[in-house]
Amino acid sequence: MPSVKEILETMDYGPAPEATGEVDGWLAARGRFGHFIDGAFTKPGAGWDSVNPATGATLAGVTRGTAEDVAAAVKAARKAAPKWAALPGHARAKWLYAIARHLQKRERFLSVLEVLDNGKPIREARDIDLPLAIRHFYHHAGWAELVAEEFPCLAPHGVVGAVIPWNFPILMLAWKIAPALAAGNTVVLKPAEETPLTALAFAEICAEIGLPKGVVNVVTGEGETGAALVASDVDKIAFTGSTEIGRAIRTATAGSAKALTLELGGKSPFVVFADADLDAAVEGVVDAIWFNQGQVCCAGSRLLVAEAVAERFTEKLTARMARLRVGDPLDKCTDIGAIVSPAQLARIRGLLAAGEAAGARLITPEGQLPEGQFCAPGVFLNAEPANPVWSEEIFGPVATLTTFRTPDEAVELANNTRYGLSASIWSENLTLAMDIAAQVRAGVVWINQTNTFDAAAGFGGMRESGFGREGGREGMAAYLRAPTPKERPEAPADFSAVPQPETPAAVGIDRTAKLYIGGKQTRPDSGYSYAITHKGAEIGLAPLGSRKDIRNAVEAAHKAAGWSRVTGHNRAQVLYYIAENLAARAAEFEARLKSTGHDASEVQATIARAFHYAAWADKFDGAVKSTKTRNVTVAMPEPFGVMGVVCPDAAPLLGFASLVLPAIAMGNRVVAVPSASMPLAATDLYQVFDTSDLPGGVVNIVTGPKDELAETLAQHDDVAALWYVGGAAGRAMVETESTGNLKATWTMPNRDWAGAQGRAFLTQATQIKTIWVPYGE
Amino acid sequence: MASSTDIHPRNPGVPLDPSWFERIAVNTPAAEARAAILTTRRSLKKTYQAAWLVNAVRCMDLTTLAGDDTPARVARLCAKARAPLAPHILEGLGLEGLTTGAICVYPTMVGAAVRALEGSGIPVASVATGFPAGLMPLSLRLAEIEYAVAEGAAEIDIVITRAHVLQGNWQALYDEIAAMRAACGPAHMKAILATGDLKTLRNVYMASMVAMQAGADFIKTSTGKEGVNATLPVSLTMVRALRDYGERTGHRVGFKPAGGMKSAKDALAWQILMKEELGTDWLRPDLFRLGASSMLADIERQLEHHVTGRYASSTRHAMA
Repeated sequence: MPSVKEILETMDYGPAPEATGEVDGWLAARGRFGHFIDGAFTKPGAGWDSVNPATGATLAGVTRGTAEDVAAAVKAARKAAPKWAALPGHARAKWLYAIARHLQKRERFLSVLEVLDNGKPIREARDIDLPLAIRHFYHHAGWAELVAEEFPCLAPHGVVGAVIPWNFPILMLAWKIAPALAAGNTVVLKPAEETPLTALAFAEICAEIGLPKGVVNVVTGEGETGAALVASDVDKIAFTGSTEIGRAIRTATAGSAKALTLELGGKSPFVVFADADLDAAVEGVVDAIWFNQGQVCCAGSRLLVAEAVAERFTEKLTARMARLRVGDPLDKCTDIGAIVSPAQLARIRGLLAAGEAAGARLITPEGQLPEGQFCAPGVFLNAEPANPVWSEEIFGPVATLTTFRTPDEAVELANNTRYGLSASIWSENLTLAMDIAAQVRAGVVWINQTNTFDAAAGFGGMRESGFGREGGREGMAAYLRAPTPKERPEAPADFSAVPQPETPAAVGIDRTAKLYIGGKQTRPDSGYSYAITHKGAEIGLAPLGSRKDIRNAVEAAHKAAGWSRVTGHNRAQVLYYIAENLAARAAEFEARLKSTGHDASEVQATIARAFHYAAWADKFDGAVKSTKTRNVTVAMPEPFGVMGVVCPDAAPLLGFASLVLPAIAMGNRVVAVPSASMPLAATDLYQVFDTSDLPGGVVNIVTGPKDELAETLAQHDDVAALWYVGGAAGRAMVETESTGNLKATWTMPNRDWAGAQGRAFLTQATQIKTIWVPYGE
Repeated sequence: MASSTDIHPRNPGVPLDPSWFERIAVNTPAAEARAAILTTRRSLKKTYQAAWLVNAVRCMDLTTLAGDDTPARVARLCAKARAPLAPHILEGLGLEGLTTGAICVYPTMVGAAVRALEGSGIPVASVATGFPAGLMPLSLRLAEIEYAVAEGAAEIDIVITRAHVLQGNWQALYDEIAAMRAACGPAHMKAILATGDLKTLRNVYMASMVAMQAGADFIKTSTGKEGVNATLPVSLTMVRALRDYGERTGHRVGFKPAGGMKSAKDALAWQILMKEELGTDWLRPDLFRLGASSMLADIERQLEHHVTGRYASSTRHAMA
């Protein structure tokens, strides 16, 4: 070590290593780990070694979970579930509180272990991951106490299968286990193969506090183990990880009735306006893309900078980047640690090369990188949207920098992505910042800050960043389920498009039902119609809609974007007007229903439903979350935008209204496929819509073969959410086919529509956007 | 160990140009967040920590600014400035000839301080211009500077008229500081912004920039008499202003936080701020001073612990 005199010349920081003695001793004592099933560790089996990514040193052996291991864990969880769910909330609260307290007592141990296993800097594990994980358990101890009161009529799912990534091992564990246990579920957790050790230490802590057997189970393994867990007899899957795996999980669980939340990848915009505090924004970039080596799903990885300040900002950013310290993760002065695995480093390098090859200029600080699995921080200049590094998640410490001219262009660039996880907006003009926050498609928006987390605030994405929220009330809701309504039989339809002379229509003036697209009645692209019959008599012909009609309807719905921006009051007025006009024609609608064997009372129920959602239109409020001091953290329910709604065959009017009205009340525009066997109840409605000031394109109606049309909707990448009522095969199809853009789906069998209204529908019609607004002068 | 103050050209100032600061954005929560994270991102251990504490001593303006100061009191302080650490500590650190950066006193105490420091090479800094409130006629304030310089002060810590900042009267502020700079002659001028009175970080930035444009050699946070004195967010804002000024003009301006810093930990925090935001050059006494009185005692105790391995008592160290 140099002398004081020498250091006074250089004024270097010198080494400041965190000691690892306690953890080394623990690892040496354990040697190899089995799984934690039913309150005890199994005998270690075949598996692999978990290594320290910074040094390549072996830390401990872990066991590869087989399908049998997974089954045993699920069985233990299943066995423990009824008793755990039946505990009074207060009793579960005490357990969660005990976990929180013990995590706190083992905080430094877990921090060091996390650093060894993952390669992240000790500062981050110590000051961010562990405090957040502990906070999560405290917060959810509170939810356990309150769940019965605050979520009446809801029940836990049962057994939750949780699959978590390697970037925040203990924190993601907390995000899954805390709400699951608080809600009364039991858990089987599969940690990432790269970073299983803190989960195993957590299992020991569960044993240490005497948590009832089977409530928490940990099965280690690789992708196959995760797939086995997804396929196993669990009731809900909670997954955080890549969009690719998320898609596979969506496909695997399709039609299984397993509840699913996915927190996936991102390519989040970081927007710097000319009036921003540029030094603060530069520091924001440090916390965005140079946090956890850039291996962060919500990392601000696309820097969008106003042309007016781009040069200045780039200079400041380059200077700041040069002061980042890359190296030993255990050193308290390290900003950027080791990349988690050789495979990940190779992936990053491959993308960096591709970015340069496509014309972007990579700037990185001068100087040597330490030996080993390290990646220099960097920024791609001139990264155009056509460059792969603009669209591909690098998951490394390198961002792209692109300039914009106007706020409109900033929004356009920000939304030019398949993802929608987070956004960070930098401006001293709050009016501007909030305007951008409203327009950007992201589940989390940070104003003048980035990567701020709290257990009370929802976190989760839109678009291909997944669905569901973690944290806060909305996070708890994802671990509870509503009672399943009793299934009702469906009324099948016949789509024959040839003349049906044997079932003549009643005499009168011929009425022509058409499709309703963009506020206009249009003929189907196919040019065919099919007969709607009742008891052998033809009631009328309905257009036989096809893919192209769906395409046109979706386009029309996109053009009606203004509907999502009008006030709730405006939407309520339209809904009331629909009720009024329907009431004026009630007799006609009732006669139509009666003549086709349906219940005429559907008309009055539909009028009431329109009133119901008119009432809700300006009352489905968001919330202000109790997170950090001097921060207004707002949770805003936002419409999805364009939704598909595939209606039940039975209850042709009320079923349609029960789905379409809540969707549009929340500001969505809808492409509806009405009852296939009796679409005329819905097509009759377009005259009501036309006279009720409903803007064209807000509700579009495409009649025809239900599942064919549903499949087109499910596969449509510009449809954000899809509701489907129908048989098991159709439900499975919809969930499978929706994986293309990972749209949120809500599927159910036909039910009694009499009481089918309220918050449950509105919740499904919206997604929470959490906006963090700091204040302070 | 040199306590040089002239290793780079002085800041000559530039004409007043409000476009450099009038539209500046300083986000307070972000500044506070950055300030908070500075000391968690960097850590100093063992010999490095000891060296950095020694550096704090050599950058220290050891200060007494009290109504009951007497020449004898000042002489005691000067004795401590000559020998800030007990001999066994200094020896244990392998150092010799360590002194503080300067002594800082009221104008009427300058003569006593100069006499007490004779032959030590330690400069005497004097506050002036109606310290601490500065609400005296300008002619008297300038006369006070001239008096202090005549008494032998090598550095003058002036206070600005806070009203000029609060009223946005940049020309008046610029003219006043430029006149003070002229009155200082060869003495280096530190402009005290009294940031506790300015309140907002934007005000702090704007006042910093005007002071530098008017030719301040150092910008300094506080008199030590405001309700809130040196804080890390305020200091961060000032060093960023200083960095911006340097990038525009090429002139180097020093920074002096003062008041409220009491512990060895504070000494490390402010040095980390300097290194992270400006670089190692700003860890030398010509560009960095810590205005403090009680901080030295804590540093001495920490350094004794470093040398002996035993926790120390201030009663065994010479008081300042």
